[in-house]
Amino acid sequence: MSVKAYRLEALEIIRNVKEGNLCITDVIEEFLERIGRVEKKINAFITLRSKDELLQEAKIKDRLLKEGKARGLLFGLPIAIKDNISTKNLRTTCGSKILYNYIPPYDATVVKLLKEEGAIILGKTNMDEFAMGSSTETSFYGPTRNPWDLERVPGGSSGGSAAALASGEAPLALGSDTGGSVRAPASFTATVGLKPTYGLVSRYGLIAYANSLEQIGPMGRTVRDVALLLNVISRYDPYDGTSLKVKRRDYLESISKQLDDLHRRVKVAVVREMFEEGVSKEVVVIVRNIVNKMVKEGFVVDEISIPVIKYALPTYYIIAMSEASSNLARYDGVRYGFRANVHGDWNEVFSETRGNGFGKEVKRRIIMGTFALSAGYFDQYYLKALKVRTLIIKEFKKAFEKYSILISPTMPTPPFKLGEKIADPLAMYMSDIETVTANIVGIPAISIPAGFAEGKLPVGIQLMANYLKEDLLLAMAAFIEELTGLKNLIAEV
Amino acid sequence: MEERDVKIGLEVHVQLTALKTKLFCSCSSDYRGKPPNTHVCPVCLGLPGALPVVNRKAIDYAVMVALALNSKINEKIVFFRKHYFYPDLPKNFQITQYDRAGGAPIAIGGFLKININGREKIIRIRRINIEEDPGKLVYPTGSITTSPYTLVDYNRSGIALLEIVTEPDMSSPAEARAFLNKLRSILEHLGVCDCELEGSMRADANISVAGGSRVEIKNIGSPKDVEKALAYEIIRQSQAISKGIIVKSETRHWDDLRKVTVPLRVKEEEQDYRYFPEADIPPIVITKDYIEKIRKSMPELPDARAKRFVRNYGLTEYEAQVLVTSKWLADFFEESLKHYGGKPKKLANILINDFLRWVHEKELEPNSIKAKPQHMAELLKLLEGKVISIKILKNILPEIIVSGKSPQEIISERNLVKISDKEVIKKIVLEVFIEHKESVRDALVNKKAVHYLIGQVMRKTRGKADPELTHKIVLEMLEKVREGEIRI
Repeated sequence: MSVKAYRLEALEIIRNVKEGNLCITDVIEEFLERIGRVEKKINAFITLRSKDELLQEAKIKDRLLKEGKARGLLFGLPIAIKDNISTKNLRTTCGSKILYNYIPPYDATVVKLLKEEGAIILGKTNMDEFAMGSSTETSFYGPTRNPWDLERVPGGSSGGSAAALASGEAPLALGSDTGGSVRAPASFTATVGLKPTYGLVSRYGLIAYANSLEQIGPMGRTVRDVALLLNVISRYDPYDGTSLKVKRRDYLESISKQLDDLHRRVKVAVVREMFEEGVSKEVVVIVRNIVNKMVKEGFVVDEISIPVIKYALPTYYIIAMSEASSNLARYDGVRYGFRANVHGDWNEVFSETRGNGFGKEVKRRIIMGTFALSAGYFDQYYLKALKVRTLIIKEFKKAFEKYSILISPTMPTPPFKLGEKIADPLAMYMSDIETVTANIVGIPAISIPAGFAEGKLPVGIQLMANYLKEDLLLAMAAFIEELTGLKNLIAEV
Repeated sequence: MEERDVKIGLEVHVQLTALKTKLFCSCSSDYRGKPPNTHVCPVCLGLPGALPVVNRKAIDYAVMVALALNSKINEKIVFFRKHYFYPDLPKNFQITQYDRAGGAPIAIGGFLKININGREKIIRIRRINIEEDPGKLVYPTGSITTSPYTLVDYNRSGIALLEIVTEPDMSSPAEARAFLNKLRSILEHLGVCDCELEGSMRADANISVAGGSRVEIKNIGSPKDVEKALAYEIIRQSQAISKGIIVKSETRHWDDLRKVTVPLRVKEEEQDYRYFPEADIPPIVITKDYIEKIRKSMPELPDARAKRFVRNYGLTEYEAQVLVTSKWLADFFEESLKHYGGKPKKLANILINDFLRWVHEKELEPNSIKAKPQHMAELLKLLEGKVISIKILKNILPEIIVSGKSPQEIISERNLVKISDKEVIKKIVLEVFIEHKESVRDALVNKKAVHYLIGQVMRKTRGKADPELTHKIVLEMLEKVREGEIRI
């Protein structure tokens, strides 16, 4: 009996389609069936494309395949996209009521690239409202549940994408990562999530939360699938002023090339501060265990200290909230989205629209960000945060002079229960303590499965590398993936 | 009313119309007269996820203007966001520049020389910013107070603007107008702004009259209206001060229809724009080499052109400065001169004293002037060839200006060729003598009465009689009357 397509890695689906073992229509039908079976429990998607539309696209692609006209690295592969990435003619809500009816007239650059490579967009995945959260509980469209334990959160804010992967609803997904939003849910769902170097992937079409910090990131169930997706989306984009002009690389190839002699070339360090305050014992044990295995494999692993890391979290939140207060100013009901049904001058309409259209956490961050940018407080908060940011960058550059990979847990705890932290913003913010640093510095970071706490709750390990060292980062991640054997894991739901 | 000291500063917004596109996207900037919201895209509509990318040509133009205004160009250009909620602002912040919090406008300092009553005066520039224009609110009834709803047109949203801010160095409305005219001429010579387009050059003015406070006037559309608005404000404020009424610091609006300034709604607190860096646009480094390249590519500017007029054409400093107050006029002068080939000074005199005076009186904009340089040249040749008198020249000039007809055409249409036939004039003089016997007798003893007789001849010929010849013949014929050769 053949293996179900939804259980295959993305690369395997692509290979089987190419070799004629699978037709695209069957692949889509299988995923739709799987979605039909588990989605009610998971709530991974905010918007799913209709069955008719998907099957029609699949049929066209099958015909092209038969005619030998199939083109593209992702030909026929279904993919899930986080709902803060603009998709032409497909509703994009950002998890918010204020965009409940917003249908973008244009594709984000990454979406354009996916389409060019032949991918089939399944739908838009759930997320914390405007990506503000670490649990996918702040979504206007209800929380997403963790496929490994439905009582628990999948992490956030790209929780929908991660849950779709872990439950077999999609083989590959896009997320976005402002302070850990790709890595946190990867860690909580035993999947793989990469935050690329700032500027490696175009942000054009990504609905901004904190624009100096965020990147769109590839998510999958294997390191190689993530590398494949990075191959597609990492391209210079003239529509994004912060897009880096770097030569395109084949990350899949570089994994294969580097895998064998990594231990001779790579110096690894664990960052002491990232195993200390607020990090649960079980997480420390699981991650340390992997480090020990690496040493046995011949790696030199040092322990280093970067004390300034303790300022990373407040620095991140001040910058992110300040930028958010500005980026979210445009939602006023005039041009698109929700508009409060009030009569009055524009001031009243704006206030009512924003008051009713945004959720609690979003309003909290807008208010705090507005405060941090206000005259009289700007120097104390925003400017000081920028200075600390510069300091942290300096310290990391120094660390990378000696080490090429830094290791830490991804999340300080295993997945927590729904409702456990939602009423306590500070406790929620603390879950980002391990991930925000990579965003502050702008370096690439990846989370891969490290093990299961209590035998069932996913725990991730985070690797960080220097700017544009995604090739090394992915090779190292692939090595650890082999070491743990935790690969292509699907929860039974 | 006593005269009080006045300090005026200007904040000029200039659209870089030569860009053809907007500042951060490739939408066409040619929005005037186009259906609303047709020149828009995700970027200038501020749609979620859209990002601004600076049109580098805008930086070139801004550097040019900064060089022309003798400003110091910063080594690094940084954009900032300025926040305020307003329906014409699609992102509810404007991307602009800022001179604090680590920000730097494209250029600071600088100056511009104006000529006022034959004197040269230096007006200092404070800074030059690049920023985006907001959209436009449209009131269906035409008035904000009577419209039941408001429409928004984002065609203008994202148009590239230069904001040029002066120090409060002007001390009269005329100086403010002279500054704006000079600035406009520079922009036209650089070819960065077609300042004739409606709204392409807008000014806010701030004015303080001694004994009062600083008042800002917004929404002034043309240099002429700046002069009017400031003159109005001086009177308003001076009267208030004389009566002991306190002039409060406020922002007023220029009402273009009623030609008065009206107070804007008073804000209870000062607006906090929460300026902070625009992270979507990385800082742009301006190198010395780049600046030099721009400098070398710059065309001749008004002051240099005026100097050349003095040097090459023998004009006075004053004449030259008047001719370069607009690129159009300076071009017209040089074009006409080519066709004319005569003395530049003569042409300049006619242009300044007759042509320009009439154009100013009628408040004509260059685009409504139809006169062609060839016609100007032809007109001067006709005068020199004594085909027409100076009086006829002045008479037909307006028609040349507004109709675009050639002088020959008008002269033959109106039968205006000068009468320089001796016999014809003699006949007319005789008629005048017979009709004005009293005056002839006077003229025999009183020289002044001679002019009266000449005047009558001119009247009879509707100015066509050659004045010199007429003068000579009248004197000759008076002699003949005295000697009895002619009896009247």
